[in-house]
Amino acid sequence: MPVITMRDALNQALREELQRDEKVFLMGEEVAAYQGAYKVTRGLLEEFGDKRVIDTPITELGFAGLGVGAAMVGLRPIVEFMTFNFSILATDQIINSAAKMLYMSGGQFKIPMVFRGPGGSAFQVSSQHSQALESWFAYFPGLKVVMPSTPADAKGLLKSSIRDDDPVVFIEQERMYGMKGEVSDDPELLIPLGKADIKREGTDATIVARSLMVPLALKAAEELDADGISCEVIDPRTIRPLDIDTIVESVKKTNRAVIAEESHPFCGVGAEISAEITEQAFDYLDAPVKRVSGADVPMPYAKNLENLAIPGVAQIVAAVREVAYL
Amino acid sequence: MSNGTTEASSQAVAEERGARGVIDERVADDSSSPTPQEKKKLKLEQKRRLEGIDRETLVRLFRQMLLVRRFEEKSAEAYSLGKIGGFCHLYIGQEAVGIGALSALRPDDYVLTSYREHAHAIAKGMSPNAVMAELYGKATGCSRGKGGSMHMFDSSVNFLGGHGIVGGQIPLATGVAFATKYQGTDQVTLCFFGEAAVNQGAFHESLNMAQLWKLPCIYICENNQYGMGTSLERAMSLQDVAQKACAYDLASEFVDGMDVLAVREATQRAVERARTESLPTLLEFRTYRFMGHSMSDPGNYRTRTEIEKHQERDPLKLFRATLEEEKVLDAQEIADMEAEIKEEVEAAVRFAEESPEPDPAELFTNIYANGASPD
Repeated sequence: MPVITMRDALNQALREELQRDEKVFLMGEEVAAYQGAYKVTRGLLEEFGDKRVIDTPITELGFAGLGVGAAMVGLRPIVEFMTFNFSILATDQIINSAAKMLYMSGGQFKIPMVFRGPGGSAFQVSSQHSQALESWFAYFPGLKVVMPSTPADAKGLLKSSIRDDDPVVFIEQERMYGMKGEVSDDPELLIPLGKADIKREGTDATIVARSLMVPLALKAAEELDADGISCEVIDPRTIRPLDIDTIVESVKKTNRAVIAEESHPFCGVGAEISAEITEQAFDYLDAPVKRVSGADVPMPYAKNLENLAIPGVAQIVAAVREVAYL
Repeated sequence: MSNGTTEASSQAVAEERGARGVIDERVADDSSSPTPQEKKKLKLEQKRRLEGIDRETLVRLFRQMLLVRRFEEKSAEAYSLGKIGGFCHLYIGQEAVGIGALSALRPDDYVLTSYREHAHAIAKGMSPNAVMAELYGKATGCSRGKGGSMHMFDSSVNFLGGHGIVGGQIPLATGVAFATKYQGTDQVTLCFFGEAAVNQGAFHESLNMAQLWKLPCIYICENNQYGMGTSLERAMSLQDVAQKACAYDLASEFVDGMDVLAVREATQRAVERARTESLPTLLEFRTYRFMGHSMSDPGNYRTRTEIEKHQERDPLKLFRATLEEEKVLDAQEIADMEAEIKEEVEAAVRFAEESPEPDPAELFTNIYANGASPD
């Protein structure tokens, strides 16, 4: 099977879906002639032309809303935010239009679109460019939120998201665009939304990790394995709708849960998962659910401070030891 | 900086406006001083328009205006009786804009508007029964009771809502126009909003894209001179909405929004431009609402005098006078029409009253398109 980068896996997904369905189009800042700010959309303008791959002005609220309107009457837009930090400008249209249109119209207008782009930290891009916003979007009924952690997941999930009839917020990670992995070139290989993936099986503790934290959780599991602590690593892949059943089944088996995330702890996705585990598997827990989250501060610029703000393998290992009372 | 945020200065502005009556110099039939030449010019324009329209269309336009007026009056009554909850934004006084503009469309053209939408919904072809039932929050409402006064939708007549965030519909309409162009049809999209929405960033972002990409969208500003309690003078540095189009190199027109035929004709020009050249237009229709911003508005920001002054140019009154003068309709025909409409509106109320509430299970439907739920 071919080994390709996350960036190329996403590129393949976009290419295949643009080829497959004329109603799909891509719009965003620098997606076309510039080949994409992060090169995820490289080559697409050349292949599909400027009717379907469109450079927008810097006008996030406007083009997000334009996408929703186009989706209302039959198109399937993919709207790229150069980073999800800029999606904040578009939140009125994502939340008040896209998320609610189907409901408030009594089922008449579905919004089959994808809002995609990188979220979370990058390298020293400071406070306004490093935000992990998944819990914001996951909050609103009507939106789906997806976060891939491997090239294969990225391709399969993006294809499913584009074919999904609901508005999907698809959050990639800039630090992971260069990550390599095996990816099938079968154009019909889809990964369903709403299904978690057990990335590593284990028996002593469950680590729920997403996006950037997944490779770190796997490294932590390896380290702990050497000490005889067997960890099960679960990647939800879809944050909303959340596959809580897979997580709960695992906790019933291991009796301990650690959640690893780069986002802030307060009102984060980890807080939600923790609450749900506690509600559904309380009698199975041998320790409180522990969260390993990003520092509760705006992201600083200095390299050493930034490294302190993002959880690393050591923090995840320490958290597992804590819940294992070891 | 005198942006008039104190109650005292707001009151002062209201009094001054009231004393001056209709303040817009561009509306030539200003009751304070229309010159004989201006009056003559208006008369000739009116005659020209009438010559271009058949009797059936004129009667239909009048009937629609009367229907939505009586419908809104009935809604006000129902709201006061507690049958309609939440917000209720009435269109009374603005009928010439909605009816006139929509009369320029084909059935397959799209319409989006704000929350002051009952008249647009009916004019686009939705039944008063479905609209009233939605206001009552019943299962038979056009949005199955899940939208209410501000979120009426009907995909079968291409009426795309009904939007509660001021200006939220403007990028949406721009996207609808984008889609029809993409799909290669010659459908056009009408987007209605008030003058207060013009100050939202979404307005500027949309007009820029529409002209840049040549989208067949017609932006209609219903300038009723107040954004809730804040007059145009207190909200806008350059109070000429039509002129703002030049910032985007976009075609525009200013029209007397109390004149249904003038509105219709200007919209026809814009529709032609959109359909044949795929270019957008900004239309500013100067109008006035006789009721408050919504049913909860105490209306302290304008004087009785000012309202009465504008009521002298009630669009229904003006059009009725024209039709009677041109012998299109006589008093008896109008009386018969009123009686029919009364029955139609009362039937809508009966329909709403007798319809069931939505099933409790509906609370959780339509979150996702294919029936699944978020958890």
